Amino acid sequence: MTRHEALDLKKPAIAGGVAHSLRHDSAHKHVTGEAIYIDDMPEPAGTLHAYLGLSTIAHGTIRKMDLSEVEAAPGVVAVLTAKDIPGHNDISPTGLNDEPVFPENEVQFFGQPLFAVIAETREAARRACRLAKIEYEEQPALIDAADADPASPRLVTKPLKLERGEVEKALSAAPRRIKGRMRVGGQDHFYLEGQIALAVPGEDMDVTVHSSTQHPSEVQHMVAHVLGIPSHAVTIEVRRMGGGFGGKETQANLFAAVAALAAKRTGRPVKLRPDRDDDMIATGKRHDFLIDYEVGFDDDGTILGVDLRYAARCGFSADLSGAVTDRALFHCDNAYFYPAVRAVSAPLYTNTVSNTAFRGFGGPQGMVGAERIIEEVAFALGKDPLEIRKRNFYGETDRNVTPYHQKVEDNIVHRIVAELEETADYAGRRRAIAEFNATSDIVKRGIALTPVKFGISFTATHFNQAGALVHVYTDGSVHLNHGGTEMGQGLYVKVAQVVAEEFQIDIDRVKITATTTGKVPNTSATAASSGSDLNGMAAQNAVRQIKNRLIDFAARHYEVPKEQVVFLPNRVRVGNQEIPFAELVKQAYMDRVQLSAAGFYKTPKIHWDREKGRGHPFYYFAYGAACTEVSIDTLTGEYMVERVDILHETGRSLNPAIDLGQIEGGFVQGMGWLTTEELVWDEKGMLRTHAPSTYKIPLASDRPKIFNVKLADWAENAEPTVHRSKAVGEPPFMLAISVLHALSDAVASVANHKICPRLDAPATPERVLFAVERLKAEAAK
Amino acid sequence: MPAVRSEIRFLLNGTRVALSDVRPDRTLLDYLRLERRLTGTKEGCAEGDCGACTVLVGRLSGGNLVYESVNACIRFLASLDGCHVVTVEHLKRPDGSLHPVQQALVDFHGSQCGFCTPGFVMALYALWMRDPAPSDRAIEKALQGNLCRCTGYEPIVRAARAISSYGDAAADPLAVEREAVISALKAMKDGGRVEIGEGRQRLVIPASVDDLAAVLEAEPKATIVAGSTDVGLWVTKFMREIAPVVFIGGLEELRSISEKDGTLTIGAGVSYSDAYALLASRIPAFGGLIDRIGGEQVRNMGTIGGNIANGSPIGDTPPPLIALGATLTLRKGNSRRTIPLEDFFIAYGKQDRQPGEFVEAVHVPLPGADTRFAVWKVSKRRDEDITTVLGAFALKTAADGTVASARIAYGGMAATPKRALAVETALTGKPWTMETVEQALPAYERDFAPITDMRASAEYRMLAAKNLLKRFFLETTEAGGPLHLTRYEAA
Repeated sequence: MTRHEALDLKKPAIAGGVAHSLRHDSAHKHVTGEAIYIDDMPEPAGTLHAYLGLSTIAHGTIRKMDLSEVEAAPGVVAVLTAKDIPGHNDISPTGLNDEPVFPENEVQFFGQPLFAVIAETREAARRACRLAKIEYEEQPALIDAADADPASPRLVTKPLKLERGEVEKALSAAPRRIKGRMRVGGQDHFYLEGQIALAVPGEDMDVTVHSSTQHPSEVQHMVAHVLGIPSHAVTIEVRRMGGGFGGKETQANLFAAVAALAAKRTGRPVKLRPDRDDDMIATGKRHDFLIDYEVGFDDDGTILGVDLRYAARCGFSADLSGAVTDRALFHCDNAYFYPAVRAVSAPLYTNTVSNTAFRGFGGPQGMVGAERIIEEVAFALGKDPLEIRKRNFYGETDRNVTPYHQKVEDNIVHRIVAELEETADYAGRRRAIAEFNATSDIVKRGIALTPVKFGISFTATHFNQAGALVHVYTDGSVHLNHGGTEMGQGLYVKVAQVVAEEFQIDIDRVKITATTTGKVPNTSATAASSGSDLNGMAAQNAVRQIKNRLIDFAARHYEVPKEQVVFLPNRVRVGNQEIPFAELVKQAYMDRVQLSAAGFYKTPKIHWDREKGRGHPFYYFAYGAACTEVSIDTLTGEYMVERVDILHETGRSLNPAIDLGQIEGGFVQGMGWLTTEELVWDEKGMLRTHAPSTYKIPLASDRPKIFNVKLADWAENAEPTVHRSKAVGEPPFMLAISVLHALSDAVASVANHKICPRLDAPATPERVLFAVERLKAEAAK
Repeated sequence: MPAVRSEIRFLLNGTRVALSDVRPDRTLLDYLRLERRLTGTKEGCAEGDCGACTVLVGRLSGGNLVYESVNACIRFLASLDGCHVVTVEHLKRPDGSLHPVQQALVDFHGSQCGFCTPGFVMALYALWMRDPAPSDRAIEKALQGNLCRCTGYEPIVRAARAISSYGDAAADPLAVEREAVISALKAMKDGGRVEIGEGRQRLVIPASVDDLAAVLEAEPKATIVAGSTDVGLWVTKFMREIAPVVFIGGLEELRSISEKDGTLTIGAGVSYSDAYALLASRIPAFGGLIDRIGGEQVRNMGTIGGNIANGSPIGDTPPPLIALGATLTLRKGNSRRTIPLEDFFIAYGKQDRQPGEFVEAVHVPLPGADTRFAVWKVSKRRDEDITTVLGAFALKTAADGTVASARIAYGGMAATPKRALAVETALTGKPWTMETVEQALPAYERDFAPITDMRASAEYRMLAAKNLLKRFFLETTEAGGPLHLTRYEAA
């Protein structure tokens, strides 16, 4: 027995179980620079570097591709094009065969990878790429969703329709009706660590790829598919990403496939890391949407019916656009009951990069539409939008059926909003703002309180499964592995907390290990906020299997009933004696007890019939609300976020510090999406905002001047999730919708709150200024 | 001719380095990561905007040793001759314990994905050494050049406030070892010129300004690099050949800023950070503008001379300098000429600088008590953004309330920084009233035809430009309420 364990024997509780605010497991390595990202790994001897050559037109065919100068450039070892792909030239994640690694003939967006150069150094590869001579036959390009044929647009995948009640009837019977259109911009992920893959060839068909990916299993399948080899020959490993946010759910596929292809071709390790500009140009982003809405309501502001169309710029291929546009529809209600509703999606084909997953996955765009509707109703009636919001909340026992026919059974939005309204002093501050605005000519203030209700589960039901692998070594230390990936969100530490809690051992006895397809197979993406829900449960399941074997062993060995075997902090009580955990493990090993287990979990209760638009796609909902106050400069449209109050629930939090970090970070990221983060394509289809010099994510000095964030500590998950916690990755992102509406409220003050500002997103200073100008002009009429 | 040395010398963390095979376009970041395997310093953008590559550079300034945060991604290795480079790997204590900056970030949950974190550590380290008890305003200013996509910054700012509770800045190794580093750096400076390589590999570090003049006469096509905040991108983004390169950032003579007879003279090598104190005290509005140029790292490297010499239509300092009536001294060999700054900008990409000639200094007449001066920058994001529209105004009113003179210049409205001559004419001699301002607004259409680009539309630029003049007028009246957004009250 080691001294370490002897000291632990009297401890009343373990260090690092659930519900504790442990630091991120890698924090001490983040701050010293010792945390290893893929580009920091020592390169195996002989490593080559790949770089991608990108198209310079948005749409057309390749007439001639002359790569002779590229091949002759100093340091170049190989050049790869579509014809060098031994397997399938396709990395479409949904199997639609619409996304080549390199196109054979047709270019479908500006910046599409056409070939790869493999060279002795990255610089040599990068320089050589620019020597390509490509002749195109240009064709007309569809860049903007607004230019799509409204009647029968080309779609990248099947649209969805949600329908409940009789919409036409409800609208025509409604005392008031409003119709409008809203534009909601996209968003670049701007993960600080860009896309990267390092492929190391092995013997036979084998290849190992270190990939910065949220979805190692998919990368594995794609690499195998492209190389034309079985999945068993491909191992994908990722210890950590420098940020993901959805941008590495499918977008890592191409880089891993090209690196693996190059590695197998040359027999040498190959690393592929695009620069920031190419990363932003050649990888997908959050979808921008055009939302057409019509709402019918009564004189009190009760919504009677809504008719919605969500059209999204999907880019040249489907990627995840089907599921993203579905989720937009699933959140077209936010927290509001629509007695009659019809919502349809239009996943539009465009000659732009294929848009992809991004935190919220269409949900934020869906909700922004719902909040615009609320605002329209409020302005039409001259009421405070918060009053309209509360009037239309889902009921707790009635008025609780969603447009997809799932009942809302865990509704706590009323309590969340009531508490926040009180603690943020919404009413008092609204009065103070009105007084301020009455005497301030140039600077105007605004306030808004908006709720969030976000559905948790992959809407593709089969993704809601997870695996884990737990080994206990004979010294009592534990090796933990699961299918979830770490991108900074703290998943690894949360799952380790679950394991420590379950075994009742200190968390430093649990070793967190890199995610690899060789240990846990057929995993789902770490996405949809599902990481700890799924992997926490799978790990818990694995631990319970081992624990049960230990209990069986102890009961047998010490001849006590199983009920008398109890796991205490770092020890096990067996009958009347307490045995250090490690000692019991050692004894079990000597008795030939298996000390390793593969855990598994699948989410119960969920089902979804997409054809019918009915089902129970979400296991539960996560709730929160935010109250934001801003000031705007009516001469330039510039603005400042003065104060934000947030009340958000994560059930019984597994790690309150980590959860707070997700809420603060998600909010600021959402704020960026709705304010200064503007993607601009020129008429040629080239993205003009492809680096931080032109694409502006929030800075420290953009964060709310006063930022009060609170977890609803009274909440717990109504469903038996892992320790009754709730998912936290995505829901807080949408709290930032309050910023858009606070800006709108400030703009509205220039016309005495009589005209709906209809402020589109992102609300750049330009959009704010022009909204101010429009309202002033209309008010003067 | 001074003695010639064929190597550069600097301190890297605790090690002396001498290199004789330095390419002129080798960046500090690539050197650290690829040659030294110091991988704590990250590449996030390779353009000086995200701060993931932040390191400290200590340099001798008038015998004193100053540590500043810089972007390793766009800093050329050769420019570090005689400097002390400190990377994140240098912070951990010999016993393995964390540095106060690091421990505070850990305890306040200041990292999530961790990729930006080493850059934040270094930016906060620089702040803490010069300001151990910083205000929130100072923290935000120090972090303007660091992007984090995960945390929303709140926990990082909390950590920044608390650093001094983890240790004493005066007892920090960089403070304690100060004298030793100063003497080590002094020993490296032999007063000679550095010349390395030939042709596309050639670089020169002149020994003095006179030597610079001689070098440029001999090699008139050389690329002059001061702070490299622009030229750095020619290399990292466009892979342009820049040799031969003449590095002038280390020339102390060019780094002087002085005041004489109501005129500030700013040497071409004076960084924004160096210029800040004097500019902010003499022309407070100019100080406010400096605060919004780049991030701290860029301000520590970038120079006002470079901002002028590169001729960009969206450089931030030319419009206010033009409004103030600044003049520019250019030197070629031993001959100098001084011209009004506005005459330097001829057309897009074209300036009045002859081959072999270089910008030596800019002279800024201080506005008198009878002159009202203001400068406002409008950008999509308040800090660390490139100008959408920037307007600068210097106006004198006569005793009778009429406009005696007006100098108004804009950035972002034309292919060069440009005076609004028609607007000036429309105002001059008229009573200083809103009516006069309104009547002058159509003159903007004669002065400017701005473009639409990714930053804003032409319509927005025009409207915002006009509104800045309105604001300039409103400031002289009793308008209701505040006329600006203020994040913090003036310090």
